[in-house]
Amino acid sequence: MLVLEKIVITQDDFRLTADFAVAKGARVAVIGPSGAGKSTLLSVISGFFPAASGRVLWDGRDISRLPPGQRPLSILFQDQNLFPHLTVAQNVGLGLRPNLRLSAVETARVGEALARAGLGGLGERRPGTLSGGQQSRVALARVLLRARPLMLLDEPFSALGPALKAEMLDLVAEIAAETGATVLMVSHDPDDARRFSSETIVVAEGRAAPPEPTGALLDNPPPALAAYLGT
Amino acid sequence: MADSTQPLTFGLRLGAGAAATFVLALTLGTLGAVLARAGSFAALGPADWAALRFTVTQATVSAALSLALAIPVARALARRRFAGRGALITLLGAPFILPVIVAVMGILGLFGRAGLLNDGLAALGFDRISIYGFGGVVLAHVFFNLPLAVRLLLQGWLAIPAERFRLAAALGFGPSDVARHLERPMLRAVAPGIFVTIFLICLTSFAVALTLGGGPKATTVELAIYQAFRFDFDPGRAAHLASLQLALCAVTALVAARITVPSAFGAGLDRPVARRDAGGAGLRALDAGLLTLATLFLLAPLAAVFVSGLPRLAALPEAVWRAAFRSVLVAIGSTALTVALALPLALAIARRGRARMLETVGMLPLATSSLVTGTGLFLLLRPVASPGDLALPVTVAVNAAMALPFVLRALIPAARDLEADYGRLALSLGLSGTARLRFLTLPRLRRPLGFAAGLTAALSMGDLGVIALFADADHATLPLQLYRLMGAYRMADAAGAAVLLLALSLGLFWIFDRGGRADAGA
Repeated sequence: MLVLEKIVITQDDFRLTADFAVAKGARVAVIGPSGAGKSTLLSVISGFFPAASGRVLWDGRDISRLPPGQRPLSILFQDQNLFPHLTVAQNVGLGLRPNLRLSAVETARVGEALARAGLGGLGERRPGTLSGGQQSRVALARVLLRARPLMLLDEPFSALGPALKAEMLDLVAEIAAETGATVLMVSHDPDDARRFSSETIVVAEGRAAPPEPTGALLDNPPPALAAYLGT
Repeated sequence: MADSTQPLTFGLRLGAGAAATFVLALTLGTLGAVLARAGSFAALGPADWAALRFTVTQATVSAALSLALAIPVARALARRRFAGRGALITLLGAPFILPVIVAVMGILGLFGRAGLLNDGLAALGFDRISIYGFGGVVLAHVFFNLPLAVRLLLQGWLAIPAERFRLAAALGFGPSDVARHLERPMLRAVAPGIFVTIFLICLTSFAVALTLGGGPKATTVELAIYQAFRFDFDPGRAAHLASLQLALCAVTALVAARITVPSAFGAGLDRPVARRDAGGAGLRALDAGLLTLATLFLLAPLAAVFVSGLPRLAALPEAVWRAAFRSVLVAIGSTALTVALALPLALAIARRGRARMLETVGMLPLATSSLVTGTGLFLLLRPVASPGDLALPVTVAVNAAMALPFVLRALIPAARDLEADYGRLALSLGLSGTARLRFLTLPRLRRPLGFAAGLTAALSMGDLGVIALFADADHATLPLQLYRLMGAYRMADAAGAAVLLLALSLGLFWIFDRGGRADAGA
């Protein structure tokens, strides 16, 4: 279970609070107006930005002081999820061992993860030679291989068209089901939230609200969300 | 996105700290040694004041002349598009890595006592003129700094938004209106910085004064330090002069700090701007003439060196080849040392949001003179070793420090991009230590590293500075050997050695720069 305990985030005159828990294995959308602090919330959970006060707990353990790479999570950013100078297989292999000294078994696992993500035979290519959808698949193959219990998606598929995005979300769902991961996904699109996540966190007006069932929330939005959705 | 600055790792802290300490010891440490020895300014005699006057006068005239001549050339380059424009701009960057002594050979070949100009004058029945002294020093400085000024001014021109020129065309501006409303305001903004940059270069220039100056009327402070050291064996006097030079550099650096000083390697100089205001045939002929003259001024001295030196190359004495070998070793040594200093400094500067202290330390060598550093090192190391034995190691260290500011200027922006683009990803994957260096830092910084290494190697290869203070016959580098050949009036051998030196300098630059570009992948 992920717990955000009395988290307060401040930066200049920006302020955001969060105090809630997310159940293990849940798939949760994070939705709200731009500039409200959705990405910042994920940055705090992943260790890129320190909260002014409060703790982040995973399974009862305080992870607030761990460096990003040692937290029990994988994060996909909006862009720059791959190193363009490394091959696809190397990019995925980094998820197993950052020094890339892979054993034969580990190399085989990289191959399996690539095949699983629909990238069989592309291991020696550089990311720049792949399409946008394929690049997303490479990043997801690495997430699959790392198999961390928490998955944070900071709009990694926002540059893809609707059909490709749906495809990627299906792949995310598959991977999450397979590894039992809890997923937090920042989204601008209420339809994505409806299709992908049973629960939704609304970030607006300086507060990240506890997760609520997505359908009910979107059908009967509170005023701040309604203003954002334009309903 | 809410980004935070990540703490420096232990290894990076150690590397950057060691590099900063080394640079501080080499600049401020040697300075302390000089000042301790010098005591007070009371002992400066009339000759010293003459040196000070000459130094300031020649630097002022050189900077003013370079700037004044550069303005019409830069304007021509900014408003014309022609085949070979890119090549000409590249050529304008070449003097930076051109060994000073090679250029001096070329200038002597054209304007010297037995040069083309004087042969022409003699054939017409005039007296031969001598360029040794003030005229020669200024001529050589203009040769080196006119191209630099053109490049820096061109940046200023290209920084004027294309929309302004479009607006000017829409309003029917002629060339004089464009000059008045667009170009002169730009020049007022950038010219002072360029002037100070060139003034500082001319202030600390030693090799030009050594070869073309001399005598009581044309001795710079740097040259006087050298003479006090080599000929009078008077380290105390050298220390006095060194503190004088130091005060000069410090005052200039303070002035420079108040003016925005441009960086020498601007990107995107090839971008042409559509200009509709300068279409007249007269203006076009003027620009073509100016560009031709500038190109000739740059290429003719080098051509003169090639013509006289190439046939001699095969017959060069063995001592020259030995000196060349030593120079290559020194160049490779300085390059390795500079990269080892610059990489941790650049990474630490990029990772910290504000690292003004480290950046200032890295730029410190710009304001120090290599002869002052050399004098300080001599005073410090005299008790433990003989100057001859120290010549090459000291040259490696001083060359590395002198190249550091230029290397940092090339590396820091790339390191900042690296941190901004891939810092988070590396952290989220736990990529650190040597794995990060191997799989992220080195591959991503390969291009600027190759360029910076090439720059250092070429600068070090052509350096005739601190080596002249220390070296005996057994430790001469190629530029020093070349200087000695000139001093012995073995001009044919000197020209051959100049061709060799030029080829090695440009060759080293090309190899390193090329190495950075090969298989860049993405």
